[in-house]
Amino acid sequence: MRVTLVGVSHHGAGVELRERVALRLDDARAVAKELAREAGEAVCLSTCNRTELYVAHDEDVDAEGSATRFLLEREPELANALYRLRDEAAALHLFRVAAGLDSLVTGEGEILGQVRAAFDAGATGALLDRLFRQALYAGRKARAQTGIGESPSSVPAAAAALAQQVFGDLEGRRILLLGAGKVSEQTARNLLSRGAEIAVVANRTVERAAELAERFGSAALPLDRVEEELERADVVVASTSSPEPVLRREHVERALRARRGHPLFLIDLAVPRDLDPAINELDGCYLYDIDDLEAVVAESLGSRRREAAAAEAIVAAEAEQFRTWQASLEVVPAIASLRARAEEIRRAELAKAESRLGELSDAERRAVESVTAQIVNKLLHLPTVRMKQAAAAADGVVYADAVRHLFGLEDER
Amino acid sequence: MAELLFWPALIAYGEAAVAYVGVLRRPELATRLAIWGVRIGWLAQTGLLGVEAWQADGFPWASWAGALNLFVWFAVGAYLIWGCSPRYRLLGLAVMPAAAALFAVAGVGGSAQTRGSDLFVALHVGLVVAGFAGFALAAALAGLYLWQERRLKRRPVGLLRLGPPSLLTLDGLVARVSAVSLGAFTAGIAVGLVRGHDLDLAVAGALAAWVVFGAALVLRRELGWRGKRAAYLTLAGFALVAFLGLPAGHLG
Repeated sequence: MRVTLVGVSHHGAGVELRERVALRLDDARAVAKELAREAGEAVCLSTCNRTELYVAHDEDVDAEGSATRFLLEREPELANALYRLRDEAAALHLFRVAAGLDSLVTGEGEILGQVRAAFDAGATGALLDRLFRQALYAGRKARAQTGIGESPSSVPAAAAALAQQVFGDLEGRRILLLGAGKVSEQTARNLLSRGAEIAVVANRTVERAAELAERFGSAALPLDRVEEELERADVVVASTSSPEPVLRREHVERALRARRGHPLFLIDLAVPRDLDPAINELDGCYLYDIDDLEAVVAESLGSRRREAAAAEAIVAAEAEQFRTWQASLEVVPAIASLRARAEEIRRAELAKAESRLGELSDAERRAVESVTAQIVNKLLHLPTVRMKQAAAAADGVVYADAVRHLFGLEDER
Repeated sequence: MAELLFWPALIAYGEAAVAYVGVLRRPELATRLAIWGVRIGWLAQTGLLGVEAWQADGFPWASWAGALNLFVWFAVGAYLIWGCSPRYRLLGLAVMPAAAALFAVAGVGGSAQTRGSDLFVALHVGLVVAGFAGFALAAALAGLYLWQERRLKRRPVGLLRLGPPSLLTLDGLVARVSAVSLGAFTAGIAVGLVRGHDLDLAVAGALAAWVVFGAALVLRRELGWRGKRAAYLTLAGFALVAFLGLPAGHLG
């Protein structure tokens, strides 16, 4: 059995091409079923960054042709962007994908869940089952043993990670949003996913604020009433289009008196800035602007790249293990035939000796059975091990053919 | 027997101290090595104290060296409970080198000396040393708070790299450790006063430290003095205890 991969990803195709072959999970399930009918086993992995078809098939099946045809039927312009990999290379590629090493943002965590979903929706047999299980294991191992997925990879994630440096757990922390634009909404959603609560949305146009506030189940305020909310907020996220600072040092200073020493974390995503930089000088106030956050992201992406080298070694070792296992499959039929032939001979010889064994007790008969079976096993043990070793070293087919020839197993191929 | 336990404890504490220095280069491995050093060292030291107690007629840690030995045991024990985890590895960098050095000094200071079998002495010294160990740990936590606070203000590029505990966590720990230690310290001083201890410089220092730690807790509760102010007060209280000669003068 061979493994063939045909796919397209962000490396070779722009989003306008990728979106034309992207599949929802139900469609991916149907495609896998369809391909498996021809080839044997198939899995379709489709995310926003890639659509890949993994097919396990016999040597004489043109799985690559079928998979290529399927993708080109959906989008003929893909022809130059498609990549095709086989066996060991396909396995290494999938392991890298699962570990986030092939992602747009190295180490991103979402891909592991997407690989699992594709596997669950696939039409798998022994080969792809093993391949995908090992890919999931490699992905988890790379994340557990390296820091590839630890640091934030976007400005909203960096803002949330910094807020956690101040508050630890963000559960129940009150967020005050200044501005109702997309940037502040993304940052708010990241904080929300970590347990924080969007308490108030303030905007120059209250109607826009109310619109966003409704989505978060929070209150809406005009910008000029923000100061009263400062006394209760834990995190302030600002991204208005105001040409002047929305919050000045003296506004925050007045609010600090009522805060009784509780820290205030402020994120300024606006250009020009919404928050007076002098706020950072106040005791208990921590102000980060867009440049600070981008520097944190750049540093953490750098550290992800450094960790990627260790993760590459982990997935390479896993791919090598898979290769050894897959190669051993080449000699499995020959080993099975050899053992079946040996067992057949053993039983035939015992049957011939039946007249001489007739007088044995049941216990003696069991002993004779056991001794003969042990002789056969011991004789075949070393050849079996050697054949598996040879398979791992790429000589498996030669050895399997030699064994078939020497023991007359040709007909059982 | 005591000698046999002293060296493993010292070696394990030393190993932990060196490993914590390595935290800045290889955090995961260094932290694992350090935590095992702390655990093994503390167990060996517990055995050492047990043997000393078993061999002594009365309270065995009345000398300055004995009290120092007991202090290190309390401090490392408290660290094991509060902070011996990867999240607090930077606290270990403050605690373990000092603990290893003080334990070595205690070893050089000589073996345990008994001072009668007076329950008052045992209670007084035990509680004061436990309180002092807690203050030392609170001071280390306060130091870690100020360091992390300064980093958050200065916004260095690698801010997320070391992953120390959050400011609120550290602030809360400083308050809790101070409160528990103040309780033990208060009880120790009370036992000393009941016993009729003279009012000397060491007692004055102890009372001043008591006032500072007590004030820090009251101000925190009543006026919201948290964060930097609380950390500075904790460090000031610890400095009073340490530099007015309490460990050597009072217990010696």
